[in-house]
Amino acid sequence: MGERLLVGTRKGLFRVERDVRGDWKISNTWFLGDPVSAVLAETGTERIYAALDLGHFGVKVQRSKNAGESWSEVAAPAFPEKPEGLEDKDPMRGVDVPWSTKLIWTLESGGPGELWCGTIPGAVFHSSDGGDSWQLMRALWDDPRRQKWMGGGYDFSGVHSVLIDPRDSSHITVAVSVGGVWQSTDSGAHWELIGAGLRNAYMPPEQADDPLPQDPHCVVHCPAQPDRMWMQHHNGIFRSDDSGRNWRELQDVPPSSFGFAVAVHPTDPDTAWFVPAIKDEQRIPVDARLVVSRTRDGGRSFDVLSEGLPEEPAYDLVYRHALDISNNGERLAFGSTTGSLWISENQGDSWQAVSKHLPPVLCVRFET
Amino acid sequence: MATISFTPNLLRHLDTPSTQVNGVTVRQALEEYFTQYPQVRGYILDDQGAVRKHVAIFLNQEPIRDRARQSDAVADHDDLFVAQALSGG
Repeated sequence: MGERLLVGTRKGLFRVERDVRGDWKISNTWFLGDPVSAVLAETGTERIYAALDLGHFGVKVQRSKNAGESWSEVAAPAFPEKPEGLEDKDPMRGVDVPWSTKLIWTLESGGPGELWCGTIPGAVFHSSDGGDSWQLMRALWDDPRRQKWMGGGYDFSGVHSVLIDPRDSSHITVAVSVGGVWQSTDSGAHWELIGAGLRNAYMPPEQADDPLPQDPHCVVHCPAQPDRMWMQHHNGIFRSDDSGRNWRELQDVPPSSFGFAVAVHPTDPDTAWFVPAIKDEQRIPVDARLVVSRTRDGGRSFDVLSEGLPEEPAYDLVYRHALDISNNGERLAFGSTTGSLWISENQGDSWQAVSKHLPPVLCVRFET
Repeated sequence: MATISFTPNLLRHLDTPSTQVNGVTVRQALEEYFTQYPQVRGYILDDQGAVRKHVAIFLNQEPIRDRARQSDAVADHDDLFVAQALSGG
């Protein structure tokens, strides 16, 4: 389990594979030259999905039904016709929000053929036919509060986290940068803004606790206990024990509580990993030391893990989808903006560098 | 009929053979092409039907004026060329 890893980069999709000696090597390359913004290996099947950001020619979705032997283009999520005269502007910059998919930011599986997609501009799409067609979650898109979503690192808001409750696939939680956490219990027909306890430091102080202008960078849940969620937020690390309704901020996380990526152990909800950086304009490792922080006790304490990570000064940033954990909870992988990729086979205690020469890494996903 | 042809940059992604198309506007000519080659639409037009930001369409060697609706008039024997714009590289 977790013997193969898909790595989406600025210049193509790679597979790295573990050989019998325990070394990880590049075994496949696909879409060389094209940015791969999201990748998904469907559990229990040989289906792989890759989202391409072709720049000039738009976003595309490629699907393989045979574990990458062959690929074909399927439909890309597309927005409906914008009603004539409708005003829909980014609240901060006053420019029109495009009703056109600019980026596929995340792909998630809700079971065989069931796909969920988060995009920029911020929207959620669902496919029940393996990507042959997509439906915009219109109730969320049409919610008037959506027009208060705003761009963070990108020009427009985006949905980067889509969590499908393994106990009930109609229970969907999504996180928006910048637009808070939203939840549906009826497969997207209705949405509720949740997220009490989140805190931001970039809005006027009166809006610090408003759940709407929150900037979750990434949210994950523990598959065995999905009520436990972990969030790497622009302003810190937060934990929820009630499926995202209420959050508690963790204090004094070493060496920094700023970052983008988070992973949680599949069966132990108290164990989670983060890749810290200096907040928030610099976005490089603290003291130029690339480390991973890990809690095993629900956030009361953290280990700072560095064995096998660079001993020389390092300036890597790890994007929000560029850290993943295998289904058995033993292996972790992360890739960085310098095109480096590391894998751990002991929950982060030590790491091996797989490559230092990939294109900048946008996302990683273990195949099951 | 007008002749429509495409930048070779597209060949990395899909086939876009040159062909003759009917239509009195650029949009009509494009629509006829998309009827034969439906996958090409998303490479040229965005979700709202506008020419993608970094794609250019030339009508007889001049950029079209109406990138939102492609209403520029097309006559018999005109040449349409769909290019990858220099911007966005």
